Amino acid sequence: MLFKVTDDPLDPRELERELDKPENGAVVTFQGVVRNHSRGRTVSYLEYDAYAPMATKVMAQIAEEIKARWPITDIGIWHRTGRLEIGETSLLVVVTSGHRKEAFEACHHAVDRIKEIVPVWKKEVWDNGESWVEGDVLVAGGDACSEEAPAKPKRRRLTKEEKKAADHAAFLRSGGSWDPDYAEEFKKYIYEARRLGSREPVDDLPD
Amino acid sequence: MKVKTRFFASARDAVGHREMDLEVPDGLTAGDLLQRLISDYPRLAGHANTVRLAVNEAYADPAQRLCEGDEVALIPPVSGG
Repeated sequence: MLFKVTDDPLDPRELERELDKPENGAVVTFQGVVRNHSRGRTVSYLEYDAYAPMATKVMAQIAEEIKARWPITDIGIWHRTGRLEIGETSLLVVVTSGHRKEAFEACHHAVDRIKEIVPVWKKEVWDNGESWVEGDVLVAGGDACSEEAPAKPKRRRLTKEEKKAADHAAFLRSGGSWDPDYAEEFKKYIYEARRLGSREPVDDLPD
Repeated sequence: MKVKTRFFASARDAVGHREMDLEVPDGLTAGDLLQRLISDYPRLAGHANTVRLAVNEAYADPAQRLCEGDEVALIPPVSGG
């Protein structure tokens, strides 16, 4: 069967054997494999869903498009569904031809077209959640992530007085159980010391 | 007339079913059916502009008129491969 959607693991050698013909000079095999990362997240595993009877029809349609455009011998497309672990093969495309140039080009184009129109969807499952991938977008729980972010409370600049009061409050907090009068004295001492600088004034400088 | 509807990926999550049989007026278009599904299942609203329709396992124009026994599928943007 050249076009197949199945829950079973995909064996590239099996599809190659189906397409084997003595007039072939080139066999190009593409395997789409589950990657352990996606959009900066670590992927635990993937789940694939498909509209299987339509998917095989669209695969056959893509094959006709490819054969009309490149002089290949044949093309087979298999897609797997269900749960796939990291490293497993989700998509298999095998192209055979007399010569390699058209086989490489046809295979490349076939994969692009499959990803464009075959009714198959993948769900990414991470440590802390999961989401269907639809086109380029992660779509969580049936609603597109188009909700507005909650409005942040507006912040305004503090007035000089407010700043002074806030500083003093922070100073007292850091002081813990200081007596407030003592804290005033200490604050005066700190500001004076800052004003003077940390060095003793020098009277006679060398020329 | 009776039609069968099928849902996939997040559209399935939005509706809560993989498939449903529906009784609809004769001559309803695929696009009208989509609108009816969106009003019955508001969570589908986000899909209104991105979902494609398929009738009897082939991509279809929303203007296509449905017939008795047709199977209509809601096809969100695909992500195979």
